[in-house]
Amino acid sequence: MTRRPTIAVALDGAGWHPAAWRDPSARPAELFTARYWRDLAQFAERADVDLVTFEDALGLQSSTLWSTDERTDQVRGRLDALLIASFVAPVTQRIGLVPTVTTTHTEPFHVATGLQTLDIASRGRAGWRAQISGSPHEAAHFGRRTVPNVDIEALLAGDSEQIRAGLDEAREVVEVVRRLWDSWEADAIIRDASTGRFIDRERIHGAEYEGEHFSIAGASIVPRSPQGQPLVAVLGHQTIPYELAATSADLVFITPLDEAQSVSILGEVRDAEVRTGRTGRPLSVLAEVVVVLESTPAAARAALERLDEQNGSPLTSDALIFTGTPEQLLERIDAWTALGYDGVRIRPARLPRDLEQLADWVLPALGRSDAAGTTLRERLGFELPENRYTAAAAAAGAARQNGEAA
Amino acid sequence: MADAKRQVHLAAHFPGVNNTTLWADPLHRSQIDFSAFEHFGRTAERGRFDYVFLAEGLRLREHKGQLHELDVVGRPNTLAVLTALAAVTEHIGLVGTLNATFNEPYELARQLSTLDHLSGGRAGWNVVTSSDAFHGANFRRGGFLDHGDRYHRANEFVSLAKELWDSWTADAIVADRATGRFLAEDAADAGAFAHRGAQFDVRGRFATPASPQRYPVIVQAGDSADGRDFASEHAEVIFSRHSAFDEARTFYADVKGRLAGWGRTEDSLKILPAVTFAIGDTQAEAEEVAREVSLAQVTRRNAITVLEQLWGTDLTSYDADGPLPAFDPGEGPADTVSGKITKGWAPRFPNAVQIAQAWRAQSEAEGLSIRELVIKVAGRQSFIGTPSHVASELDRYVQERATDGFVVVGTTSPHGLDAFVDRVVPELQERGVYRTEYEPGATLRQNLELPEPGARVAAVRDAEEEVRRVG
Repeated sequence: MTRRPTIAVALDGAGWHPAAWRDPSARPAELFTARYWRDLAQFAERADVDLVTFEDALGLQSSTLWSTDERTDQVRGRLDALLIASFVAPVTQRIGLVPTVTTTHTEPFHVATGLQTLDIASRGRAGWRAQISGSPHEAAHFGRRTVPNVDIEALLAGDSEQIRAGLDEAREVVEVVRRLWDSWEADAIIRDASTGRFIDRERIHGAEYEGEHFSIAGASIVPRSPQGQPLVAVLGHQTIPYELAATSADLVFITPLDEAQSVSILGEVRDAEVRTGRTGRPLSVLAEVVVVLESTPAAARAALERLDEQNGSPLTSDALIFTGTPEQLLERIDAWTALGYDGVRIRPARLPRDLEQLADWVLPALGRSDAAGTTLRERLGFELPENRYTAAAAAAGAARQNGEAA
Repeated sequence: MADAKRQVHLAAHFPGVNNTTLWADPLHRSQIDFSAFEHFGRTAERGRFDYVFLAEGLRLREHKGQLHELDVVGRPNTLAVLTALAAVTEHIGLVGTLNATFNEPYELARQLSTLDHLSGGRAGWNVVTSSDAFHGANFRRGGFLDHGDRYHRANEFVSLAKELWDSWTADAIVADRATGRFLAEDAADAGAFAHRGAQFDVRGRFATPASPQRYPVIVQAGDSADGRDFASEHAEVIFSRHSAFDEARTFYADVKGRLAGWGRTEDSLKILPAVTFAIGDTQAEAEEVAREVSLAQVTRRNAITVLEQLWGTDLTSYDADGPLPAFDPGEGPADTVSGKITKGWAPRFPNAVQIAQAWRAQSEAEGLSIRELVIKVAGRQSFIGTPSHVASELDRYVQERATDGFVVVGTTSPHGLDAFVDRVVPELQERGVYRTEYEPGATLRQNLELPEPGARVAAVRDAEEEVRRVG
């Protein structure tokens, strides 16, 4: 029996079209309220979406790639994604919650403990989309380092020095975050009244990490969370990020624009896994797609045109822009699944309109998730990870026993 | 006249990581599971408290080179758990300790603004600093700042955060579908800021629009001269450690007296000391409860640990039921140095020799063993008695201007607040000194009866205008 393809929905503002906030379904005056985010997450959960992601950045949205603008006709302003996810955690039960948290300016210790806490508050439904921040204007918000303007040609050629450095740092951040997640063994809290010991300190381990970019000495302050290791996702468009995903992530989001790229990019991801010597479970690969869903192809195209006109220019995206009917989207998802994709991350062009269309027409056709439990790992068919220290202790114990037996 | 009575303000400290939580008590559950925070938050809300308060951990405490294992260890990330709590409560303020040394203003300001948005104006920030390389080893900036510098950084940090929070006007977002204008015409540069100071050199656009309170309520706990100056400039609540009546009154008068120098009124700052309580149907029963709690908090091993912190040396060979060491801190075994034996604890003993001598004198005069002495000196002010007696004492403190209220610290998680809410709160309400309902939709600042933020800024600006105009 094959699993149902994973359906992730990417939540951001009023949707992924810059004019989405003008759609009749939008609630533009509520984008910064508790009710808006609670409603979206609960709606997606009722629709049986597997996980929602929350976009973020350490700067203001802009219509230009590497700087801010002064437009007043698009959504500006955003709440912290990890905290939105934390907020909806206790008022949802089954849906995975995957915020974007950047690796460039945020302290790895805060990243680790924040995501552990999300995992605790959601009872095991936390994930993390790790993202680098490459832009000079975001760096200026911190003032701790200067970042040159990105060399667009080098970037397009797939070999920007700057992106490579950012990704190397991201690899270290994910590594140290994972060490912090493992720093408490599951049974470290013993509450042994007879000896007066609350913890067994032998089962708590310092990260003791020294890398190129930073060092961290101690253990996490948070005991092991329900999933131990929340799932880590990376969005990539090129070889270097695929390698980061292969070494560090559990899921990769990729952006094939047509049939040929659907084949070639998946191949590149698998090559990156081989090249980096990935062991264990292969990356789960999700295709990114921006969707405008209506009951006829013409209506969907017309809806997009209307938004484009309101925005003053056609929508552009790093991902495939899909306009069509729910049936056509199902065909698209089937085609990706047939190629070996694990699922899709759908970016609704309009919120809640396109999410409602998904809920009404697409998800019912896919059937219920066959998840065996309530954690995000269980939902996506991932094993509970072993704690590296518990595993090491067990191995040492077994070796000792074997030695004694011999 | 009933309505002339000063109102008591209450906050609740989540009983997490400290040496006072009775983790061996059968009533004690988890300090990690979210259900514990939910129960605690809802109980505080049922008791019409102003806010719940969470401390912060940045590294696990160590004693004699190893993780300290006798007290509760492990806690969630402060911001994430407060934001989750916002979803399951409606009125209660959500205040967390967040370090100004190991965070960056842009990031922390947007997180606090997010908490304020999602809670509908219930966010508070207990600003602390660290001078501690031990904690710093977990962060990119590493190292530490010496005492003066960390207050310079904290001061500039809070000022910069306020610049960021002020960078969006409350009416910047119009979201008018018809005209296609999301931002108001004069808000094209919403969030723009530029700040160059000794600690921070930053510029750009702040990403989070103005939140219901605009600034979270600023709480502060430092007690040095620098700390008191910082508090009188920025703080709206002081989480005070001065809880004995006379001491509390002296502190209250000193800090409130400094406010005028910053153009602030006495009402713009609330002082809330941390206190514990033990209640019973009779005074004798309450005393018995208090005694049992003390014995459970200060076990023999814990008593020796406290002593080791002060003496700065290994004292495991001492009997907790016997006398204190005859030598002074610094004069013991040469292998340890005072102050280095424990890491990750707030410095509790600035003058070790003097304190040790006083402790020895007290134990000799009163015939106290190590454990009895530690129970006597290490505890916080505790209100012990019947609910009616405790309520009358709390009331007296507030009416006589020793405090504006209290931060109540329970001894078990998450039920440590239940008895106080069920038994003491009704007594306070009966006296007409405590709210029986929240004002619908009130922010934390409104519940604390604090002036709106920016009022002082506006007053200063008006005064400057006036000077220019007249001049």
